[in-house]
Amino acid sequence: MRLLFWKNVKMKVMKKTDSCIMEHSKITVNGDPVFESQSETFHDFAKDAYKSLELNYPKFHKMDNLSKLAFLAAEMILKDEDHSRTAVVLANRSSSLDTDFKYQESINSQENYFPSPAVFVYTLPNICVGEISIKHKMQTENAFFVLDEFDEKFLTDYAEQILLSGKAEKVLCGWTELFQENYKAFVYLLTL
Amino acid sequence: MKKEIYITDYNCVTPLGFDVASNWNHLVEGKSGVALHKVIENQEAFYASIIDTEKLEKEFKSNFANPDFTRLEKMFLLSLKPLVEKHEITEETAFILSTTKGNISLLKNQTALPGGAYLSNLAQKIADYFGFKTKPIVVSNACVSGVMAIAVAKNMIQAGKYKDAFVIAGDEVSEFVISGFNSFQAIGTEPCKPYDKNRNGINIGEAAAATYITAAPSENEKFRFKISGDSAINDANHISGPSRTGDGLYASIKNAMTEANVTSEQIDFISAHGTATIYNDEMEAIAFNRMKLQNIPLNSMKGYYGHCLGASGLLESIISMESARHGILIPSKNFEETGVSQPLNIIKENQSAAIQYILKTASGFGGCNAAIVLEKC
Amino acid sequence: MENLKTELKHKIIEVLNLEDVSVEEIKDTDPLFGGGLGLDSIDALELIVLLDKDYGIKLADPKKGKEIFQSIDTMAAFIEANRTK
Repeated sequence: MRLLFWKNVKMKVMKKTDSCIMEHSKITVNGDPVFESQSETFHDFAKDAYKSLELNYPKFHKMDNLSKLAFLAAEMILKDEDHSRTAVVLANRSSSLDTDFKYQESINSQENYFPSPAVFVYTLPNICVGEISIKHKMQTENAFFVLDEFDEKFLTDYAEQILLSGKAEKVLCGWTELFQENYKAFVYLLTL
Repeated sequence: MKKEIYITDYNCVTPLGFDVASNWNHLVEGKSGVALHKVIENQEAFYASIIDTEKLEKEFKSNFANPDFTRLEKMFLLSLKPLVEKHEITEETAFILSTTKGNISLLKNQTALPGGAYLSNLAQKIADYFGFKTKPIVVSNACVSGVMAIAVAKNMIQAGKYKDAFVIAGDEVSEFVISGFNSFQAIGTEPCKPYDKNRNGINIGEAAAATYITAAPSENEKFRFKISGDSAINDANHISGPSRTGDGLYASIKNAMTEANVTSEQIDFISAHGTATIYNDEMEAIAFNRMKLQNIPLNSMKGYYGHCLGASGLLESIISMESARHGILIPSKNFEETGVSQPLNIIKENQSAAIQYILKTASGFGGCNAAIVLEKC
Repeated sequence: MENLKTELKHKIIEVLNLEDVSVEEIKDTDPLFGGGLGLDSIDALELIVLLDKDYGIKLADPKKGKEIFQSIDTMAAFIEANRTK
C-alpha cells in the first residue's frame, strides 16, 4: 500500500511593506528621497529633519544621537497609524558606544566630576526602542541585538518567529548603527 | 506541534562561588555577596556585590593558559568552560551572550574607542576560544537581557534555526555604572531591601552565568527544565521610570503564562526582579496583583547578589532552578516589613516546597520587561 | 537676583535641551514641573547636578528638590542663600 505523506510545507513568505534608509544626511523612504540636509553633522541633519517633518515632539531634543536616528527612521514608517500590534526588533554594531564615550568623558576627571543622568540613561542601546514605543504607544514585544554586521537573515528569522507565534501582527525591524559621524539606518516593516 | 526546549545544564561565577554548588550552599545558609567596598578613589565606600579579584585570577590561571583576557572575559570563560566540556558544539549550535555594558571599563581615559569595547568583539573572543561555529548573537536589552537571552534561544531553536544553544550572561561592577546609578540617586545606603518599607536603592553587583539549552536532551542529563513560555513587552511610558500600572510587566507575564498554558494558581514560585528602588518594587507589586499572583511565594535575589544588570536574569533563573531541584525556597533577603501598596507573598525563611512551575521576571531601563515560565520535568 | 534668574533660564534651556523654548517664555513664578515645559524625573535629577556643577551646592536630601525647583523664583532664592561658587 502506498502511503501518502502530506508535508506541512510553510508557504508563508514575509512581506517587507515599507522601508526607510538614513545616511549621509539623506532620508529615503521606499526608494524615494524624502529629505536631504546640507548639514554636515548628524546632530544638525537630525534637527533639520525634525523641523522639516514638523514632528512637534519636544522630547526629541533630549534624545541621544542613536535614539534620534532610530526615532526618525521609525517615524517615516510608522507615521500616525495604529501600531499597537507591531513589535520592534532593532540591531547595530556599536551598541550605545557613541553616548558611552560622551558619558565617560564626564567622569574622567576627578576635579570635574559631574555625571549626567540625562546622558547616562542613553548608555544602553535599547533605549532607542523605548523612545519609539513611547511615541507610538507600542506596548509590544521588543528586542535589541548587537551584531558584528547587519545580518538581515537573523533579524528576519527573529521577526518571523514573532509573527508566526501570534505575538505581533507586524514587526518594525532593522539596523540602526551610529558612532560619532558614521551612521546608517535601514529600517523596515515586516508582515506575514 | 512546537518542539519542546529545555535547559539541561548551567553554571555561574559570583562572589558566592565559582560553581553552582558553592553558590547554593552559601544561599541556604543565608550568606550574601553584598559587602562594603571602596570601589572609586576619592569616594566613600558603599555596599556592592563584587567578586574577589585575587580568587578569580587564581581560579582562572588554574583553568586557562592564556592570560590575555579582561576581567569580565575571565568571568565569562570560567562560567562557560564546564558546559562546553560536557556538550558538543556543532554548526547548528547558537552562541548567545547577554550583557549591558561589556568591557566598558576599557573606555577610561581613552581618546579613541578600544576594539574590546564592542560587544560583538567581546562575544567573538569568547566564541573563538571555545570554537563556536555560528555568529555570536548579543542581546543587550538593559536589565532584562538575561531573561530575554533564554527566550531568544528557545524561540530560535523552535523556529528550526538552531538545534541547541549556549547562553551566557555577564556584567562587571565599574565606575561607569556606579557613577551613572549614583546620578540617578538609585544606589542604596545599606544592603538592599527589596519590597521593604525602608528600601532606598540598589546594590550594584557582578556575575557571569551560563546555560545549555536544547531541543534534544540526552538521557544522561541530571535535570531538565522546559522553557514553556516567554514574552517581553515594553511599557511605552518612560525611558527610565516604570509604568505606574505595571502594564508591560503584566502583559509579559500574561503572555508567557498563556503560552505555557499555566494558570496563576499553578505557579509554585516567582523569582522577581526586586531591585529595592521605590518605583520598581511598587510597579512589580501592582503587576503581580493584576495577574492574581499575590499569594505565590516570591523572592528577589538582589539581597544576595546585588543587581548584576545583564547577568541578573540568567543568574537568578539558575538559582530558581536550583531551588526547584532541592525543593527549597530561599528568602527574599533583607525583607522585614512590606513597603509596597499591594500584597505579595514574600518568602521570609527557608522552606520546603514542591516546585514545578517557576515564573521569572525582569524589568529595565527603556521601559522593557520580560517574563519566562520554566517547568521542572 | 534678576541676573541670576535670567542666567537660570538660559541654563535650564541649555542643560535640559528645551530647544523650542525661549527665555522670555519662562515666567519667574511659573511651575517648572507639571507646567508647560514638560519636565520629568530625569530633568529634576539634572537640575540637582546643575546646582552642584555651577553653584557648588550639594543637595544633602535630593527629595528637597521638589520644593527648590518649584519655580525660577524659588530656585534663584535657594541658590542665592546656599551658593559656594
